[in-house]
Amino acid sequence: MTMPVLETRVRQALFASRRWHPAEIVFWCLAFAAFLLFPRNLLLLNEIAILALFALSLDLILGYAGIVSLGHAAFLGMGAYAAGLLAKHVTADPFAGLLAGMGAAGLLGLVTSPLVLRGTDLTRLMITLGVALILYELANSFSTLTGGADGLQGIMMAPVLGLFDFDIFGRTAYLYSLSVLFLLFLIARRVVHSPFGLSLRAIRDNPLRAAASGVPNDRRLAAVYTLAAAYAGAAGALLAQTTQFVSLDVLDFHRSADLMLVLIIGGAGYLYGGLIGAIAFKLLQDLIASFTPQYWMFWIGLFLVLFVLGGREMIHGAVKAAAARFARLGKGAAR
Amino acid sequence: MTVRRTLLGGMLGLALAASTSGFALAQEAVKIGLILPMTGPFASTGKQIDAAVKLFLAREGATHGGRKLEVILKDDAGNADATRRLAQELVVNDKVSVLAGFGLTPLAMATAQIATQAKVPEIVMAAATASITEASPYIVRTSFTLPQASEPMAHWAAKNGVKKVFTVVTDYGPGIDAETSFANTFKEAGGTVESVRIPLRNPDFAPFLQRVSEAKPDALFVFVPSGVGAQFMKQFIERGLDKAGVKLIGTGDVVDDDILEGMGDVALGAITTHHYSAAHDSPANKAFVEAFQKANPGMRPNFMAVGGYDGMKLIAKALDATKGDASGDKLIAAMKGASWESVRGPVKIDPDTRDIIQNIYVRKTQKLGSELHNVEFETIKDVKDPVKARK
Repeated sequence: MTMPVLETRVRQALFASRRWHPAEIVFWCLAFAAFLLFPRNLLLLNEIAILALFALSLDLILGYAGIVSLGHAAFLGMGAYAAGLLAKHVTADPFAGLLAGMGAAGLLGLVTSPLVLRGTDLTRLMITLGVALILYELANSFSTLTGGADGLQGIMMAPVLGLFDFDIFGRTAYLYSLSVLFLLFLIARRVVHSPFGLSLRAIRDNPLRAAASGVPNDRRLAAVYTLAAAYAGAAGALLAQTTQFVSLDVLDFHRSADLMLVLIIGGAGYLYGGLIGAIAFKLLQDLIASFTPQYWMFWIGLFLVLFVLGGREMIHGAVKAAAARFARLGKGAAR
Repeated sequence: MTVRRTLLGGMLGLALAASTSGFALAQEAVKIGLILPMTGPFASTGKQIDAAVKLFLAREGATHGGRKLEVILKDDAGNADATRRLAQELVVNDKVSVLAGFGLTPLAMATAQIATQAKVPEIVMAAATASITEASPYIVRTSFTLPQASEPMAHWAAKNGVKKVFTVVTDYGPGIDAETSFANTFKEAGGTVESVRIPLRNPDFAPFLQRVSEAKPDALFVFVPSGVGAQFMKQFIERGLDKAGVKLIGTGDVVDDDILEGMGDVALGAITTHHYSAAHDSPANKAFVEAFQKANPGMRPNFMAVGGYDGMKLIAKALDATKGDASGDKLIAAMKGASWESVRGPVKIDPDTRDIIQNIYVRKTQKLGSELHNVEFETIKDVKDPVKARK
């Protein structure tokens, strides 16, 4: 096989995987239609969209690059505080806040990536956890800046694009969050189906072999870690802007742990896993909590145990079967 | 045909008459969204208030001002983002007329904007930072404020020969309130004060108490949130501070009635100032405590329960006054200046600040029969929140 032929083949394969499948289009149409279908639950939908973006961020590093993290809340919190502080002291424009949140979290990701890339999975778990804990304590200690345990009060957001005010029903909030999620999803989709994305998967599956074939492992991992951090920062910024409030809770350990659960439910390594997991997790939580405000944690715990023991295969199996069918369809079209 | 048409017309007319006469309106329930930490580290607060709200409906009836009260309980796990979303959902979806509960200061603060935007009264039944009522003109409080309870403690300590005090408070709104108001008042009275703050989550008191024992003060002033007192007491004794002659003083939060019995004798002799003790000597309180314990075996009502009970009382009184009109502005107007005889003593809602005016009692923890209680021995009448009173 000569080089040009191989290159064409690779290009074709990448192209095929990049093609939109009808199911994906339906998924996003439904997401936007939810605005009209569930006008009573827009606040919950907004939370789902934000959690989905946060999960998407973890999927980028865990599912595609194989970096485990128990401290992803560090970036969520960084984004939330950056956006909140910007809105409070500089400008109330939502997009400026979003960029500030992404920038701050991305910078943090870039700075901490050399630490994270050192060592194996266990080391990474400890380091990411440590970084998040340090940030939590910093936010708690600098209470003049962050409001400490009382939270960052008095954030007032300007209307989105100068037109749409954040209303009490969460209409603007949901459409804003969903649009940002969609946009960032498009970018993530492009990234993972690019040669860069392929090289990440090569590193995940076999770092030695990837390095031997000339992939600069550390630089690639640092790049995707920074990108994921910026995504988590965007989720944090959305959270701060749509609730117009930031509390220490955004940096808490349970945020990182919940996020792992979301990815376990939805499945890692295909971008929709985080989104599906976020929908399932939030709906379940909301449903059980409205039945029993006092004991909902017990039921959700029981459900998760059962799910991980057996049920997980059901969702993943269904998704895999569907994906296989899509792939076949895609191939058929390509020929 | 004509007969049927007339019949139909008549029925339609009747239906219309019934719906416009206000008969249907009067029957419609007034919904109260009760948001409490029912899980997580502050669940004890939620359980006390929830029990008290149920007790109120059982004892004083659910119909007030001609309208039935319907309580919708939600759990925020002590998490401010959740409180805010739940409040928003309760207002938008369930169309509640009143928001109530709020176990911690950040939770009450996070909801203030919603109360203002939706013009819905926010009844703070627990959170106790002085500035909360300033966050929205729709906030009314039935618990207490930390300065309200701390300043009398400073006066008492200065009068009773205490010269040097070390304060230990939890590092968040109410704790900082307690520290500053105690320290300022005590310094004015000629004493000296040293202070440390401990983190809100997962507190370990040992290193802080070590500093206290090195400083050798006459007294240790303490504030910790409801439910954390037992842990503090244990470490206070373990460090031998009681034997070193350090008097334990504070607001009543540390010797919380809910967990006092579980602390055992270590709490004996603590001097605290607060607005409620389950041992408060009045027939109304005796009946309240008895009814509470009958409905909730093994639980003793604490100041959180009383805040919840009086919160419901205030809503009921306001509805009586507006004759069932549950619009936010009317309710708030009716709540301003409302006064009644609570189980803690006479209380009044300050019409200027929407904060509560009440007696503060100086109490000593001692044994009544076999049970530990905070026994009141001095009363300071009609205390306003001193922070806002000075403005």
